[in-house]
Amino acid sequence: MSEKKSMGKVLFNGIITENPTFRLVLGACPTLAVTTSAINGLGMGAAATFVLICSNFVISLLRNFIPDRVRIPAFIVVICTFVTMVQLLMQAFIPSLYDALGIFIPLIVVNCIILARAEAFASKNTPVSSAVDGLGMGIGFTLALMLMGSIRELIGNGSVFGVNILGASYQPMLLIVLASGGFLTFGLMLGLFNLIVKKLETKKKHEEEQAA
Amino acid sequence: MNEIVNILLFMVSCILTNNFIFSRFLGCCPFLGVSNKVGTSVSMGLAVTFVMTIASFFCYMIYHWLLVPLGITFMNTIAFILVIAALVQFVEMFLKKSSPTLYSALGIYLPLITTNCAVLGVATLNVNSGYNMLYSVLNGTFSALGFTLAIVLMAGVRERLENADIPACMKGFPITLVSAGLMAVAFMGFSGLV
Repeated sequence: MSEKKSMGKVLFNGIITENPTFRLVLGACPTLAVTTSAINGLGMGAAATFVLICSNFVISLLRNFIPDRVRIPAFIVVICTFVTMVQLLMQAFIPSLYDALGIFIPLIVVNCIILARAEAFASKNTPVSSAVDGLGMGIGFTLALMLMGSIRELIGNGSVFGVNILGASYQPMLLIVLASGGFLTFGLMLGLFNLIVKKLETKKKHEEEQAA
Repeated sequence: MNEIVNILLFMVSCILTNNFIFSRFLGCCPFLGVSNKVGTSVSMGLAVTFVMTIASFFCYMIYHWLLVPLGITFMNTIAFILVIAALVQFVEMFLKKSSPTLYSALGIYLPLITTNCAVLGVATLNVNSGYNMLYSVLNGTFSALGFTLAIVLMAGVRERLENADIPACMKGFPITLVSAGLMAVAFMGFSGLV
């Protein structure tokens, strides 16, 4: 029972408490670059999740065999293997998404989230909980990318997932889909996220004070 | 003559129109992380320029003279990242021996460059765009100079922002990103230049 509960906690940790994008601000490049539409965000998130789960699992299996001094290159080679697999699979089966994400698929290798989780979690924990951690972080990353993608697509194109929502009379605000819009949207969303977290914390504090 | 004009235009486009940060979103992590002070951002920019130039050169050689003849071009990502990691390590050891002042000025930024996506990005871009060796190296150097320009400008803005009265929830990363967005609008103005 306690084992199950801690697994849930590990999963939840990645999605909300330590959301890689909004709380830790890791992996900013793909977050800014590929979120021009919701579907691109989802595709990137799914690819990164796959790599996270697999690399966390394998690195955790190998954690007692890799000497400490060469661990970073060893981790990178493991991560790189899975990234190349994703790249070839995408090229073969979803070429349109492959073209849309372009250079950012090979760049998953240097996405700080993946190396950070390998270093901070997988090198110290069992394979199964590492895979769960990878899943949680991956879902958190995917949700953040999808949210950013939906907002930018809605404002910049009037649609979400390619479905027109705001109607034909809506004048799209092209700036949001362009480079600068990525920075603006991400900055404003981070601010909003900070505000919400702060509100929740003060509320919790207030309740504790009242209880005391 | 025509070739020289082409090269000059290519340099300008690398720095301004195709700026790594503002139009390609490569190297955003160090851009957000190390742009607190103008001094440190200059060091970071120089270190990245150095590594990116050498990395473009070596990755070009590895790709065209090793991976292509062996028919294993799908291994390019793994080959490039290993080249970059080894290169960074080598540069670090070399600088430590030959120029301790420069080494201590660059400090922790050198090892961090391995995970800077701009370096792997430029190597991949060179291959995808089919540049020859001269253009690959130029692309490495001048894109990195564009990165340096962006990070130094940003550091100047952030030094001012420290004293500004902004809402608590916007302090730190959020306001930096919003300012970066406004700077990206300015850089969009260069798009018709070349």
